[in-house]
Amino acid sequence: MERYLVLKNGSVYKGHAFGSKKAVNGEVVFSTGMTGYQETITDPSYYGQIMVFTNPLIGNYGITTGDDESLHPQVKAIIAHEIAKYPSNYRCKMTLTRYAEKQDLPGISGIDTRRLTKEIRDQGSMPGVITDDLNHENVNQLFDQKTPNKLSDMTTIENSYPAPNDGPKIAIIDYGIKNSIMKQLSKRHANMVVFQSNVSAKTVLDSYPDAVMLSNGPGDPEKMSDVLPTIQTLEHQLPLMGICFGNQLLALANGAKTYKMKFGHRGFNHAVKDLTTGKCYFTSQNHGYAVDRNSLKGTNLETWFEEINDHTVEGIKVKDCNAFSVQFHPDASPGPHDALYVFDQFFEMIKQSQKK
Amino acid sequence: MPKRMDIHKILVIGSGPIVIGQAAEFDYSGSQACLSLREEGYQVVLINSNPATIMTDKEIANQVYIEPITLEFVSKIIRKEIPDAILPTLGGQTGLNMAKQLADSGILDELGIELLGTKLDAIEEAEDREKFKDLMKQLHEPVPESQIATNYDEAKAFVEKIGFPVVIRPAYTLGGSGGGFVDNYHDLKKIVTLGLGLSPVTQVLVEHSIAGYKEIEFEVMRDANDNAMIVCSMENVDPVGIHTGDSIVVSPTQTLSDQDYQMMRDAALKIIRALKIEGGCNVQMAIDQYSGQYYIIEVNPRVSRSSALASKATGYPIAKMSAKIAVGLHLDEIINPITGKTLAEFEPALDYVVTKIPRWPFDKFTTADRTLGTQMKATGEVMAIGRNFEESFLKAVRSLEVDTKYVFKPQFQKLSTDELLKQLMPAQNDRLFVILELLRRHVSVNQIHDITQMNQFYLYKFQHIIEIEEQLKQNHGAKALKIAKQNGFIDDVIGKLWRKTPDQIRQIRTKQHITPVYKMVDTAAGEFESTTPYYYSTYEESDESKVTKKPSIVIVGSGPIRIGQGVEFDYATVHCVDAVQKAGYEAIIINSNPETVSTDFSISDKLYFEPLTTEDVLNVIDHEQPKGVILQFGGQTAVNLAEPLSKRGVKVIGTSVEDINRGEDRKLFDQIVKKLSLQQPKGKTATNTKNALTIANQIGYPVLIRPSYVIGGKAMEIVHSDDELQNYMQKAVNASNDHPVLIDSYLMGMESEVDVISDGHSVVIPGILEHIERSGVHSGDSMAVYPPQHMKESIQQKIVKISIELAHQLHTIGLMNIQFIVYHDQVYIIEVNPRASRTVPFISKVTGVPMVQLATHAMLGKPLEKMGYHTGLVTPAKKIAVKSPVFSFSKLPLVNATLGPEMKSTGEVLGTDNSYDKALYKAFVAAGFNVPKEGSIFFKVKPSDLDESLKLAREFKSIGFQIQADQSTADFMKQQGLQVAVKDPVNEIKHDELQVVVNTTDEYDLHTQKGQTTLNDVALEHQIPLFTAIDTVKAYETAIAGLSFSIDPM
Repeated sequence: MERYLVLKNGSVYKGHAFGSKKAVNGEVVFSTGMTGYQETITDPSYYGQIMVFTNPLIGNYGITTGDDESLHPQVKAIIAHEIAKYPSNYRCKMTLTRYAEKQDLPGISGIDTRRLTKEIRDQGSMPGVITDDLNHENVNQLFDQKTPNKLSDMTTIENSYPAPNDGPKIAIIDYGIKNSIMKQLSKRHANMVVFQSNVSAKTVLDSYPDAVMLSNGPGDPEKMSDVLPTIQTLEHQLPLMGICFGNQLLALANGAKTYKMKFGHRGFNHAVKDLTTGKCYFTSQNHGYAVDRNSLKGTNLETWFEEINDHTVEGIKVKDCNAFSVQFHPDASPGPHDALYVFDQFFEMIKQSQKK
Repeated sequence: MPKRMDIHKILVIGSGPIVIGQAAEFDYSGSQACLSLREEGYQVVLINSNPATIMTDKEIANQVYIEPITLEFVSKIIRKEIPDAILPTLGGQTGLNMAKQLADSGILDELGIELLGTKLDAIEEAEDREKFKDLMKQLHEPVPESQIATNYDEAKAFVEKIGFPVVIRPAYTLGGSGGGFVDNYHDLKKIVTLGLGLSPVTQVLVEHSIAGYKEIEFEVMRDANDNAMIVCSMENVDPVGIHTGDSIVVSPTQTLSDQDYQMMRDAALKIIRALKIEGGCNVQMAIDQYSGQYYIIEVNPRVSRSSALASKATGYPIAKMSAKIAVGLHLDEIINPITGKTLAEFEPALDYVVTKIPRWPFDKFTTADRTLGTQMKATGEVMAIGRNFEESFLKAVRSLEVDTKYVFKPQFQKLSTDELLKQLMPAQNDRLFVILELLRRHVSVNQIHDITQMNQFYLYKFQHIIEIEEQLKQNHGAKALKIAKQNGFIDDVIGKLWRKTPDQIRQIRTKQHITPVYKMVDTAAGEFESTTPYYYSTYEESDESKVTKKPSIVIVGSGPIRIGQGVEFDYATVHCVDAVQKAGYEAIIINSNPETVSTDFSISDKLYFEPLTTEDVLNVIDHEQPKGVILQFGGQTAVNLAEPLSKRGVKVIGTSVEDINRGEDRKLFDQIVKKLSLQQPKGKTATNTKNALTIANQIGYPVLIRPSYVIGGKAMEIVHSDDELQNYMQKAVNASNDHPVLIDSYLMGMESEVDVISDGHSVVIPGILEHIERSGVHSGDSMAVYPPQHMKESIQQKIVKISIELAHQLHTIGLMNIQFIVYHDQVYIIEVNPRASRTVPFISKVTGVPMVQLATHAMLGKPLEKMGYHTGLVTPAKKIAVKSPVFSFSKLPLVNATLGPEMKSTGEVLGTDNSYDKALYKAFVAAGFNVPKEGSIFFKVKPSDLDESLKLAREFKSIGFQIQADQSTADFMKQQGLQVAVKDPVNEIKHDELQVVVNTTDEYDLHTQKGQTTLNDVALEHQIPLFTAIDTVKAYETAIAGLSFSIDPM
């Protein structure tokens, strides 16, 4: 069956429908990763977005049990050149098509994704709708539909919940956390407590954690001013690390600014440079917003990592605190493991602060 | 760190002649590296013995030495040039082995010369099996259980412990020479013994077999700052068990989850960091399809065939970057040339699928063992790019230029399903056609998977191709057509299914607007803007190949490297591009071979990586609307397109299609010969066996027989009797149905050839090449010398005169190759090839005449006179140059090593010096022969060679050789008063005491039973120089005599 992607600028792409039959709208973004579609689909940072895969063959190894980054698909829809009819892998549980049907996730295959990618690259990521009905009114209606993109959708429904282990106690503030972050913390035996995004500093401190982790999450960080005071308090009292959205919030909490990028960084072949060592690392990236490097002047922040080509700020340190954050995902999943050492540095920081 | 200023002059070692396992890819990587070093301001000294390369062009390095890559000659060059450093990682295994030899000899320490790229201990750690295993243990990287054996008993003891199956891998050999899978003690003994013999360090690795696992390769780069990255991932469609050079390979990996991919990526990076390689490196791994357990198979600490493929697959120029890293630059200090904006520290993202299929020489070597295993047998490969696997795969299949353009072979249709299933394992070269035929018969994917262990993902893709084929049979609508085109079907195949001509299909789909678009290879999956002029076709929406206003010319390359059509045509193609650009046109290349210089996107204004079929070439021409197309430099592949393209209105630049035909068509050519009152061996054309017998008897045996329209003497034989003729007709007529068979009188004279350049008026002859072997040996397999050493002046004048007349008569514009036999002081014409020939790079280099450049300018309308060249023979150069062929027999069991009219060599080398004997010496040494001053020589000759061999034996004796011979040869020599030791050629010769074997008896003749060990086998197995033509022995003796002092009593 035919299905369409209509972009806000009027471009129309025709392809074949798969997955859910529902029509949706969302911001159309692309990822250049050649593996890891399942992680991408379930990554909460992509909540509400329509994901275009530049790799033309998606679903080759099916859907596995271990590769989810959250409980459900987070993207609104997927767009691919081709979806594998017959996947093959020893861990494969079902086809991507079947998964999309089960999870009520709409998709289009058979479109010229390279043309689409170049259009987004040149004009910036923009709203789009996915529909089987090209009728003008229908399309307009879809565009007008409010996209519910409240943080409360993403954070845990509990006020807090534990994920116990026998290492340092880490309070995680959940803005839409990816499983891989918790996996990395857990690998290092962190005794985790996960808090809702609107948690107060006092609540966090009352749980006597050794450190704080600001998670990743979707959306525009500048709309999150109400969570900043918590961070401002915590960064002075405990070792703190932020990832992705957490990086942006830490920047905002310290007086810097963020901006929406033209089409973002989504993929795993972006190298970042650790400015303290001069070494480069390939990192998993999934951000549409970034910390404005010019806004760092006059704050107590310094650039730690930057993307080597466009010099986007990819990591910051707070000068007078035990606090740092990275824009990329050192936890990878999908993508390279090059920057896992950032977690080790976090745990080292915790160890040092405990000594004091 | 910025580039190093403490070094100024760098020696680059090339890879020498083309042999199986080490081919054109090193011309590509070597020339890229040299240019890249010069770009950084270093002086580059190059050594390579292979003249048929771009790399040995004067423009590539400051000093180019075409000399043997032996310790003797490389040391000489080093002492003369005193380089600061050597870059050995771009010349394949030859380069690394030479670096090791140089280091061992002490010259590097003595002169304080540094090895760049990979340090010596890293080479040893990667290549010495034991050290490698230790390193992997240290790194906690899994390797299959294994043990080094230096003799059979050690190997046996280990196998008794771990059990079969095991794999045997000899240390330090090209393309895994001499290894194999073994599941019984008989084979174990055979392969271990062979492997020990081939390994320069007499070591083999006996290893637990992981056959059937998924084989994965990573191309890895690292710089001195320890930045490391994956340039390209590749997945072998053929599981472990078949050498990766003989496997169908897909990039990027398709069936690895991110978890598996990253696990293996981590391992690859860990290894390159541990080896501290500065530059490119190849890591081969295997992963169990059922558990995800992976193993490291091996590491090549250098640029390899796979890195050439990876460079073309991703657009990321690995060799160029490796050279820059070797001089100290960091990845984040180098600009990625493909985007021109981003840095080289970037892991390419692909938005297409690449398929590589090897090209095997079994169309030539019909008796060869076609089984695929750990010994690579392919001579070349093709690559294709598509937006899905089916498209990419089918494009690759038709790029192969075998007897089909599609995954269908009639010979398999004839077999029963059981017979086909049996052919799946052990795999032979045409297994993919067997699989597709089985799927056509609805044999299940799972059944094929169970037998072959091929991943179902690919088998289902193959099944999809069959489904489309079935759909096409039933449905002739536009939708079915579009689906077929999107999945890589060509009009030819659709036409057959629809009972229409390809042209009709083309019309139908043009009407329906089903035409290809061209997409760019940009390393970034579209994320960054790129201006790289590197394109592939696909059936989608947006086109990215903008046609400029500048008039353009399309140049068709020569496709995969095969016997008879090698890297020399790539040399010609690249030079043609240069000339076309200099003449003010945009030069557009179409080619399908990933190993070559011509498919480097920086060579031409635009590169289309496409199959070289009429349809694919026509599509590009439709898109580009060039002024014309140049076909002369792409070998027979391109010339064969002249007629179909011209018929469809494409302007063929240079010699007209009619004149090409007049040169190639026997009857038409006979008329010209008559008209010019020239002589040619008596000959006629036969279309059936009866006809052939009559003709042969009229002419008189022996006759030379071959099909018309040949590349490199395919299926050509000298036939001595009716019996042999009948036998031949059965084979050959099968081989080429559409074309008749030519029967010529066989004249045993001196062969000679010339390449002429003509603009239609002036005819320039850069040089005359004299063949060392008399007629009967294919010109590609002959040694040859320039200028002629044994040819009378009057004969030379005659050859020049005839050549000029022929060029005029055939209205040659561009290049033409003419072959002659000089017999009883008469000049006979054997054939003309209205195109660039194999000898063009050799002659260009030794005469200094830029033949392809001149020819191209002439084709574009510039008179040769204006370029300073006049009709006639160019004054010969002072140096004497000898070309020697190089063979790959040790890699191809059951191939007849006896030279004959069928071409068998895979490469060539050049030896030049001031005297003939010295030039010969260098040519032999460069070709890999030992030239001993003394020792023993074994003769086994056919009756007609007895007299000459006696003379030679006497000469060998006088310079200090002991003579051995088989019974019949010895009988004759003894009769003539020569002392000879009689030995049984197979059982009695002691290979360690024998320096040369002469065997001119063809043991593979029609009466020899297969399976018997022959003298040739013994010689090849023990790497004793083997000569099968008496003239080569004479040349060899001349070379040795030049080194020897005579010892005569007063």
